[in-house]
Parts: sequence; C-alpha cells; structure tokens
Amino acid sequence: MRSFSYERAVDPAQAAARAAEIPDAKFIGGGTNLLDLMKLEIETPIHLIDVRDIGLTEITETEEGGLRIGAQVTNTDLSADSRVRRDYPVLTRAIAAGASGQIRNKATTAGNLLQRTRCPYFYDPAQPCNKRAPGSGCGALTEGAFSRQLGVIGTSETCIATHPSDMAVAMRALDAVVETVTPNGMTRRIAIEDLHVLPGQTPEQETALMPGELITHVVLPAPVGGQQAYHKVRDRSSYAFALVSVALIQQADGTGAVALGGVAPKPWRRAEADAELPNGSRAVMARLLEGASPTEENAFKLTLAERTLAAMLKEG
Amino acid sequence: MQFNTPAGQNLFDDAKVVGKPTTRIDGPLKVTGTAPYAYERHDVAEGQLVGYPVLATIAKGRITSMDTDTAKAMPGVLDVITAPEVGEMPSPSDMNVAPLFGGKEIAQYHQAIAVVVAETFEQARAAAAKVQTEYEVDEIGSLDLQAAWEDVMDDRSDATRVGDFEAAFESAPVTIDKTYTTPSHSHAMMEPPASIAQWDDGKLTVWTSNQMIEWAQAALAKTFELDAEDVRVDSPYIGGGFGVKLFVRSDAILAAQAARRVGQAVKVAMPRPMVMNNTAHRASTIQRIRIGATRDGQITAIAHEAISHAMEGGSGENAIGQTRQFYAGDNRLIKMHLATMALPEENAMRAPGEAAGLMALEIAMDEMAEELGMDPVAFRVMNDTQVDPEDPDKPFSERNFVECLERGADAFGWADRNTAPGATRDGDWLIGHGLAGAYRGGPAMASGARIRLTPQGQVIVETAMTDIGTGSYTILAQTAAEVLGVTAEDVEVRLGDSSYPDSAGSGGQWGAASSTAGVYAAAVAMRQAIADHLGKDVEDLSFEDASVRTTDKQIPLAGLSDTEIVAEDSIEFGDFRSEQVVSTFGAHFVEVGVNAYTGETRLRRMLAVCDAGRILNPITARSQVIGGMVMGVGAALMEDAAIDTARGFFPAHDLAGYEVPVHADIPAQEVIFLDTLDPASTPLKAKGVGELGLCGVAAAVANAVYNATGVRVRDYPVTLDRFIDRLPSA
Ligand SMILES: Cc1cc2nc3c(=O)[nH]c(=O)nc-3n(C[C@H](O)[C@H](O)[C@H](O)COP(=O)(O)OP(=O)(O)OC[C@H]3O[C@@H](n4cnc5c(N)ncnc54)[C@H](O)[C@@H]3O)c2cc1C
Ligand code: SF4
Repeated sequence: MRSFSYERAVDPAQAAARAAEIPDAKFIGGGTNLLDLMKLEIETPIHLIDVRDIGLTEITETEEGGLRIGAQVTNTDLSADSRVRRDYPVLTRAIAAGASGQIRNKATTAGNLLQRTRCPYFYDPAQPCNKRAPGSGCGALTEGAFSRQLGVIGTSETCIATHPSDMAVAMRALDAVVETVTPNGMTRRIAIEDLHVLPGQTPEQETALMPGELITHVVLPAPVGGQQAYHKVRDRSSYAFALVSVALIQQADGTGAVALGGVAPKPWRRAEADAELPNGSRAVMARLLEGASPTEENAFKLTLAERTLAAMLKEG
Repeated sequence: MQFNTPAGQNLFDDAKVVGKPTTRIDGPLKVTGTAPYAYERHDVAEGQLVGYPVLATIAKGRITSMDTDTAKAMPGVLDVITAPEVGEMPSPSDMNVAPLFGGKEIAQYHQAIAVVVAETFEQARAAAAKVQTEYEVDEIGSLDLQAAWEDVMDDRSDATRVGDFEAAFESAPVTIDKTYTTPSHSHAMMEPPASIAQWDDGKLTVWTSNQMIEWAQAALAKTFELDAEDVRVDSPYIGGGFGVKLFVRSDAILAAQAARRVGQAVKVAMPRPMVMNNTAHRASTIQRIRIGATRDGQITAIAHEAISHAMEGGSGENAIGQTRQFYAGDNRLIKMHLATMALPEENAMRAPGEAAGLMALEIAMDEMAEELGMDPVAFRVMNDTQVDPEDPDKPFSERNFVECLERGADAFGWADRNTAPGATRDGDWLIGHGLAGAYRGGPAMASGARIRLTPQGQVIVETAMTDIGTGSYTILAQTAAEVLGVTAEDVEVRLGDSSYPDSAGSGGQWGAASSTAGVYAAAVAMRQAIADHLGKDVEDLSFEDASVRTTDKQIPLAGLSDTEIVAEDSIEFGDFRSEQVVSTFGAHFVEVGVNAYTGETRLRRMLAVCDAGRILNPITARSQVIGGMVMGVGAALMEDAAIDTARGFFPAHDLAGYEVPVHADIPAQEVIFLDTLDPASTPLKAKGVGELGLCGVAAAVANAVYNATGVRVRDYPVTLDRFIDRLPSA
C-alpha cells in the first residue's frame, strides 16, 4: 500500500471540487473494496476523500412516489428499509444475497455500484491485465487461464471481466437513476443503464462518471408492482459472488423485466429480451444472451441463466 | 515406557475422566481472543520489527537482478535481505520439496525472494512493492495431467500385485472400469504461516505456528547450520494447519534471516494472497478404478491406478493407499504414477492420500453396487475383510467397519432412502441419499512428557505436543488427571515448546493417541516418584480425590512435598504393532437436495459413524469429525485450486476466490462413535479420528447427487457446470 493523505468532506459539492483539485484523489465510502485494492497497490490514490459524512445517508420519498437513496446509505440499511422491502423486494433480496452481514454493514450504495471486478488476474499485480495496467494484455484470455467466473457477454477481446454487484442488477431491473454532482457543482442524472460502460478497447474505463464526479443519490421510480424475485446461483450458499444471478419483475399479464448478474461487465438487460417474457425463459435468453462469446470454462452460464429464469417462472 | 504387547485391563477401562465429555480447557482463551497466536506475541521479544516478504512472480527460472535501492531508502526501512545475496541455504528437511529461501533459482510461483524489514507493517509492505526483480524465465513445460496420464496409464512396472488381476477381471461376470479426477486443494487455514524470530548469542528462538516442534527445530538447525540445542521453537496455539504446518515454511526462514541481519527480533506473516502459491497444496489426481465381482457381489478383482502432479522430488497425492487394505478381493493391482510439473509444492494435506483416493474409490463402489443391483451397504459388508488383503496372515487389530455401516444405515433410515435415481422431489429440489466408507490408518509415534507436582498440589504437564485446534490441551489434562487421581481442572497443560520433552506432534491423525500415551507414561513415572518420596511401594498406593491413599492413610497432593516433584518419561511403540494393521474405519451417510433447475447442491443432513478405538473425549472428538465432514463437503461441492496451465500457478488468491463451505452450507450433523477399544494401539486403546472424519465424505455427497439426479459426475468438485447439460428438464 502506498502512503496517502486523508480528509473528511463536509458536503457533496465540496467533495467533488476537492477530488478534481487533487490528481489521483479518490472518494472512500465503506472502504470494503477500495482498501483491499489499495493494499495490493491495484488502486494507488495519493489522497482519500471520505464521503460518509456529507449528508447522504437518508432515504426519502420523491414527488413521483419513488425513493431517493442517499449515496452513503449502507447496504444493510437499504435492504432493511420498510418501503424498499414492501415496494422493491427485488432490491432487498439482491442486497441480502451479496457479501456478508459485516461487509453490508459498512458498504455504501455508491461504493457498491462502483466496486471493481473480482477477476483473479486483476487482483495479482504480477499478471497482465488491461483493466489494471492498460495495454499489458488480458491474463484471463490466455490459453490455459482460469476464466470460470468471468463474463460471457458484453465483453471484448481486451477484457472479459464481470461487474460483481448484486444490488446493481436489481437496480437495473428497476430502472433506477443515478444522481451526481460534478466538480464544477453541476448535478447530473444518469440512467443506471448508462452508468457502467462496456470495455471495448478501454477496459480501464468502467463508468460514465467524469473525474471527480460524486454520486449523491440513486433514485427509484414509483413502485412497479408485480412479482419480484432475485435468484443468485453460486457454488456455496452465501458469501460468494454469483455464477449467474437473475433479477425478475413479472406483472400479472406476463410482461416484465429481467436483468442478469455474473455474466457481463455491467448489469445485463435488453428491452427486446424483456419483451419475450410472456414466451418463457428460452425466448428471453435467446435475445438476452444473443451474441455471447463465452470461454470453454464459462459457457455453462448460458444454460444456467436460462434454467434459473425457468425456475423463477416456474416452468417445467 | 515400552509398549510391546497389547494393553490388558488397565485403569482406563474404569475411567473417571478420560472418555468423559469435557469442554475444551483452552476454549475461554479462544473465544475471548486471548490465546497467544504467533504473530500477536508482542510480549516475547522486545522491539519487534516487521518483515514483509517479496515473492517471485514466475513459476520457473532464475533471478538475474534485484534492485532494492528504492525500497531501502523508504521511510522506516532497516534493510532488505534478498535471496541471491544470502545464497543457497541448506534445505530445511527432506519433506520440504521447494526451496524456501536463498539463491537465484525459482522453483515455484510466489517463492520468497526477499524480505523487507521495517519499523511498521505498513512501511515494510510499501517498500516491498518497490523491490524490482528481473528474471530469466524457463519454459514451464506441460501442466496437462490428462496428457501425462495417457502417456503412462499402461505402464504397470513395479505395480503392487496380488494374484492375477487381469485374468480375474477378464473373467468376472460383472465389472466396472471408471476414471475419476480430483483437483488440487488448498489447506485454507485461518491463520496464515507466521513467525517471530530472535537471535541471542548465536542461539535462535522462533515463536511460530507449527504442528511438529522437533521437526521444526531440526529444520531450523539444519538451515542455519546450528546445533539443535541452540534452536528453540515455541508454538502453543495454531490457527489451523491441516498439514501445511507440518514443515517449516518461508515465514520462519525469512524471520530468522532478517533477525540475524538486523540484530533485533523480526516477525513475518505470509500475506493471504500469497499463501496459496507460496506454501503447499494437495495435488490433483486422475484415478482409474476397475472392479470385477461375482454375480452375488464378491469382489474378485480390484485395480486402482492413479497419477498426481508433483514437484521435482515431491511425492504427489498417494491416492491408491487405502485400496490396498480396505476391501477384500483375491486379485489386486495397485499403481501410483507421478507427473513432474512446474507447479508450487504439493505436500501433505489432511488425510493425505486417503482423502483424494476415497473420493474415487467410494464412487466406484457405489457404481459397482448399482451394476450388481445391490444395496451399497450390503455390497460393502460382503466385501469386508478382517485381514490385510495383500498379506492374509496379517490381521487388523480391530476392525468394525461392518458395524459402522449397519449402525449408520439404521440411524440414518437408509432403508427409507430414495432408491431410484432422480425419482424423489421436494418442490424444486431433487432429493438424493448417498453413503461412503471411510478408512484411515491409526499410526502412533514415540511421545514424551514431563509432569510436575507443585507443593500446592497442582499437576503441570509439559510436552512439545501441539494443539492445532484439535483439543490436545484437554485430552492431555484428562489423561494426567485420570492417572494421578485429580480432576482435569487441576491440571495445567503446557504445549508446543521445544524445551519440553519431545512429542509425536500433530499429523497423520497420530497426535491424540501418541501424546496421551506419552502423558500416561510420564504420569506413571510421577506415581513412582511420589511413592519414592513417601518411601512406599507404588503398588500399595492409590491415587484419587487429589490425594494418595496408602494402606492406612490419605495424603493430599497439596502439601505432599515442600519442593516440586518432577517426573518424565515417554512411550515407545514396539514392533508388535506393525505385525497387524492398526486402522480406523467409518461410514458417512448424507442427504442432499439438488435444484432441479439450476443444479445447485445443498446438504440436508449428514451422519458419520466412526470406529476409532477409545474416544478420549466425545466433545473434542466430535468436533474433529464434524470439522472433517465440513471439509468433505468442500471437497465434494466447491473446493478447487484451479491451475493456470499457461503460467503455472493458482490464480485463486484468497478465501473469497478459493471457496470452502460457509455455515449455511452445513446442515444437521450427527456423529456416532462405536464403543470400541483397540488394545494393540496404545495403553489407552485409542486411535485418531481427526482425518477419519474427512475420509469418504466427498464420495458420499457425490453418490447422493447421482441418486438425486440420475447423473453421475466423476470429476470433483461436483459443481453444477459439470452436469447442468445432462440434468433432466425440470
Ligand atoms: C469478501 C467479499 C465478498 C463480497 N461479496 C459480494 C457479493 O456477493 N455481491 C456483491 O454485490 N458485492 C460483494 N462484495 C462487494 C461489496 O459489496 C463492496 O465491497 C461494497 O459494496 C463497496 O462499498 P463501499 O462503500 O465499501 O465502497 P468503497 O470501497 O468505499 O468504494 C468503492 C469505490 O466507489 C467509489 N465511491 C465510493 N463512494 C462514492 C461516491 N459517493 N461517488 C463516487 N464514487 C464513490 C470509491 O472511490 C471506490 O472507487 C464483497 C466484498 C468482499 C470484500
Ligand atoms: S478479464 Fe479484464 S480484469 Fe481480467 S485480466 Fe483480463 S483485462 Fe484484466
């Protein structure tokens, strides 16, 4: 770990301004991802701006009847909120399926959205990784590499990492919107769909945020109703990242939304796949996973995604 | 004390303390976080500095240059000691395969190549990242075990043979011929290797985490070219080892090197992301098993041939061992191959050999029972043997495998199991039942102890035995208490220090049986010493209620002597023990649910029945067995130290990437100990259980997955990706 300096920001605009002022500064929320990466020198900020105490820990109701979630609301508090449990159960279930109780107590809403991949090559500074060291190659795409956990769609020839968040998958199914403040004090609204970007030739570029831009809130639209479920498939019952996860919102007429975790560099959803919901899991996945390019080790994720959705739709 | 003939009737047959459920005496220290583990022993040496390791980032080759200038100039850094500058050091022991430190040659990924010494951990770590190393990289060669297997599978030279396997297999009316694979496993113990070292006048003290104190002492003496008397090793608490701490690891060597250089105590812990490749692992295997039997189920031919990867000079994972003795059969063929590969050091991990071997053999037995149309319990019962199948003149000292199976079947409700694969469903879950036999040797090794009786009447036991979380403290207190007529609470047990009498240590499930026998020997010597002190004949004394009873009076141990009475002895095992096979047996029964859609497997209940001689303490023994069962679930369903065959290393770098079971994976676990005694084993008629608890578990789970789904998986771990394509539509 490199030496770094530290400050506590006092309000969101000041935090963003400070971040733009100091090159190589980073925000720190719960620190559950950032500090691990700093210890391994995968992240090497010279300055940390602590944003836990800038008035973003409330969940309030919006005029449209939705919820505005402060960026620093913890994962535990968000999943336990009675309004979330009642109106957005897919979100509660997704959060509860992630990490462990201790981590969720520390982890924040913004930090969760911006957590980085779990690709094992990203984590070993001695290995090539285009995301960590642009241009060094992709360790996971070498013949003989270990790629079972990695992505099958939306990936590129430079990077096949997945975005590991569970919470974000539910937020994608719910069409959440991220609110930010930029270093010059402007606020922006970014659809969750547009927050994470695909790797293409620049896997180090993971989001649409500009340097120093601070996430202040995540806004949920008015309750969408329907049957909501989150099924996370993994090798052990808890404390593991998803092999595949499915967030499902299904209305009484059979329409709805499907988002996948564990398969792509971002929560994965396509409108044309949603439209197939009344036709069942096979039809949905044919659209949702069209164009997939799995490795030999992770091709099972395609079958698994379809079967997981079939279970949720009670097909068979 | 010599143990030259089987134990007769003795005080343990009428025990008041041994064999009684006794809670762990070190429990309060553990749950309050006050048990002193190696890295936190701040009180043992003044001015401790911190060493942070620098590790090689290639699998094979040599260092051509190292630049430490930047690191040395960093704040708080005292020195950087590099392997090339230290030069080659003597190998610590024959059992350490990979070089731990010294010289330019790199034999494994994450081999230690330098240690940075600084005032704080953070300073040392920051500077370690600044050490620049250049390498000349060697070709790592093939890491393809399947290809290596295909090359040697027909080579049966030096195979262990009985009768004529080929002819018998050829003519058997019912046969199977199946191949199984097991992956590499990581010990994944909670406490990483850690040591504090200090030199004083040419003498070395290492506070460390090690299962085998004398081996560690000898290894450090050899490495640093010292007399063993000039090395002290102290390891009273060990946060899990599972075999990786049988031998010294680089933490101890780095700490000792660094402490010598800077003239101050230095502590080193292996950072978690480096434990996987720097230490050791259980090697992967491919195993082919052929069984031939008569139509009524008598095995006539059995062959177990296997290959495992091994480092140059390593011994791989001896997967075939148990098959030599577990089941009957007149014609036998056993052969183990090693494929030398440029992977990190493979070495002993809990139940080395049997753990991986039974993962295959016990699926094969299930497949054969099915082929025969027999109940897998009945098939195993029919092929039980009371003599060594390779040497029918050699009996088992005690073998109650059949009773394990039958008691287990009864307690588990085996008769009501799902008999048709894929036929029982509970909601989205397919329900399956499986069983497996368990077999593991019951070795014993010489072990000594010293007992002190203080003027206040306290009994203190000192032995270089270790407690790796197994309960040694408690069973040794019980043993001394039994012999000297006190309660276990009256006994203080001191372990893990090389200045105490040599002991068997903890490994190969010999620890409990050997060390309790050693403490028994010392306690008998203490009885004699007390008799001498009183000027009495020891035969005329009895020891009870914390006092000594002579024919006419009762003398409390407190105040018996104004000075401490000290007695020491050890147990030595005579050759008679090897004239029979001393082993432990078990049967595992499990119920699983397999999600009919996703193939996720979850355990629903587990039962183990163990035949391991006298159970010294049912609480600590049960804890060993259920821990083994948990590890078996890991081996069955998730543990896989996947190999990057391009670069020769294990990419999983931590306990998030290498998955072992979590609490939510483990259902109700039941353990039944048969009420058996093995007089040929030790004076206490006891054997080990720590490894038995793991043996066979994974196969029981795999068999249950088959029973649930009708899909047979012969490759571990039985993760959903291995069979989701074959899973019937839900
Ligand atoms: C062992 C383990 C298992 C885990 N398992 C799971 C799992 O199964 N599922 C899952 O979803 N997650 C899992 N996680 C990840 C966990 O959810 C994340 O670590 C956590 O959500 C990150 O939140 P944080 O507040 O601690 O973020 P931090 O570590 O503080 O920050 C993460 C990133 O977000 C940035 N950031 C923080 N706040 C803001 C802000 N307001 N605006 C802009 N940028 C900001 C930081 O600069 C940093 O780059 C696991 C983590 C661990 C350690
Ligand atoms: S998949 Fe992406 S994160 Fe992983 S090694 Fe390749 S570039 Fe790096």
